[in-house]
Amino acid sequence: MASSISYDQVMAWIHRFADVTIEQREELTRLDTAIGDADHGTNMARGMRAAVERVDALDGDDIGAALKAVGMALVSKVGGAAGPLYGTLFLQMGNATGGRSELDLAGWSEALDAGLKGVVARGKAEPEDKTMVDALTPAVQALEHAQNDGADLSAALAQSAEAAHEGMEKTVPLVARKGRASYLGERSAGHQDPGATSSYLLLQAAVDSFG
Amino acid sequence: MSRVDGDNPNGGDVKKLINSPDDVVKEELEGIAAAHGDRVRVSFDPAYIVRVDAPVSGQVGIISGGGSGHEPMHGGYVGRGMLDAACPGEVFTSPTPDQMEAATKAVDGGAGVLHIVKNYTGDVMNFEMAAEIASGGGTETAAVVIDDDVAVKDSLYTAGRRGVGGTVLAEKICGAAAEQGKSLAEVTELCQRVNGQVRSMGMALTPCITPGAGTPSFELGDDEMEIGIGIHGEPGRERLPLEPAAKIVERLTMPIVEDLPFSEGDKVLAFVNGMGGTPLIELYIVYNELNKLLQGRGITIDRNLIGNYITSLEMAGCSITLLKLDDELTALWDAPVDTIALRWS
Repeated sequence: MASSISYDQVMAWIHRFADVTIEQREELTRLDTAIGDADHGTNMARGMRAAVERVDALDGDDIGAALKAVGMALVSKVGGAAGPLYGTLFLQMGNATGGRSELDLAGWSEALDAGLKGVVARGKAEPEDKTMVDALTPAVQALEHAQNDGADLSAALAQSAEAAHEGMEKTVPLVARKGRASYLGERSAGHQDPGATSSYLLLQAAVDSFG
Repeated sequence: MSRVDGDNPNGGDVKKLINSPDDVVKEELEGIAAAHGDRVRVSFDPAYIVRVDAPVSGQVGIISGGGSGHEPMHGGYVGRGMLDAACPGEVFTSPTPDQMEAATKAVDGGAGVLHIVKNYTGDVMNFEMAAEIASGGGTETAAVVIDDDVAVKDSLYTAGRRGVGGTVLAEKICGAAAEQGKSLAEVTELCQRVNGQVRSMGMALTPCITPGAGTPSFELGDDEMEIGIGIHGEPGRERLPLEPAAKIVERLTMPIVEDLPFSEGDKVLAFVNGMGGTPLIELYIVYNELNKLLQGRGITIDRNLIGNYITSLEMAGCSITLLKLDDELTALWDAPVDTIALRWS
């Protein structure tokens, strides 16, 4: 069982997330049609295609540089709210991992935590506002718990993806308080948040790539 | 009649005059460049439309931007007396900070640049990131967020009121002030004042269909309408059975009048806007009802604007915007403007 994440695995994770956003493009857009503006799948797929092009052009083994390249691609190619939010997530993860060619569980956990903090600072969402924060927050917490329990890397990753999945499902009954869905007020309840869904996909892609 | 998804060559289940959903904005910009090279220049990467004589030395630059699908906003308002540049995003998607930063540089004539931002989460965040980058590059910027849509409750529990029809009026009035040599602080203050005195509300008879999604943004029955919609095909405040125009105008106007409030003796600019799929014949019926309703309350329409100016693709429906006028705002509204979509001398 691997105890660390290599540069190549981070690259595989970026590719995997790009593939998944392209595969799930219609589903993400369908969710966004219910409570947003019907573009989340299209935008994430466009952004991750650009991100893959940029990281594939990189030399070396600096995980931080690769994550920052993804962040810059998303900021400049996605637009909407998802661009600055996912862009900030990757930029902050990149800042937390600059110069590293390998991450252990603690390193991954710190990076994701830094990313989440960046998202919260940019979007000012709190848990239960029905946003991506509702999937990312429990995922970060699960990583910390797993670390404290002495879990190995793959178990910890699985627990964080599971927590993100639960957080994503818990957005269904919530009334949105941030973003375009908030205009719907009570009518936003009963629908799963598209941003929380793509955030779960991001963490599941980590399980698929690092496990 | 229903179609199988993806049945037609455009990839959706509706008919659109496009080549490919992925190329809609790029090809629109190519069309604008081909048609209006006398007034504007188009940059493709990053994408922005800039007036042909930019930057105007010593004059405040004004840029705006937002998702595409609202044409003629914003690109149609680039030119003398209105915007210096506009940044188009993908359909219904905010543009990106690199577009805004490049447009800011392109219009910086040394007197600073005002960003007019519609209040949507994405637009606000992207313009914030652009301002952070531009200030590092030495350009003085200011931003005003327009939030005139009374259909949205402005509270801690929403993203706040949306920027809609008032944006067009703010761009025209601020553009005139910049043309007259007002400072960045003065133009910014003016923009805030316009935002403080303008209110809007919209309704839809049909949803709209983004080229990327290919399916309607919401479902409306043949005998239903959606009151309090925004400009992105998002559902509105309530769904009601269809009513006569007079009643619909009352439903849109009364929340506007009561919100500011507009009162007896006020002079207003009345802006009746089509959402893209409603013919002018119906917009004039709306204007007639609006005029009667306001007359009955002692409110005078001193200026008007009627037509498709801030649209939501092919959505049928309208919005009503009222701006409380004073002598300064009226004079700035009347000042010459020479853009693709709004022109008078």
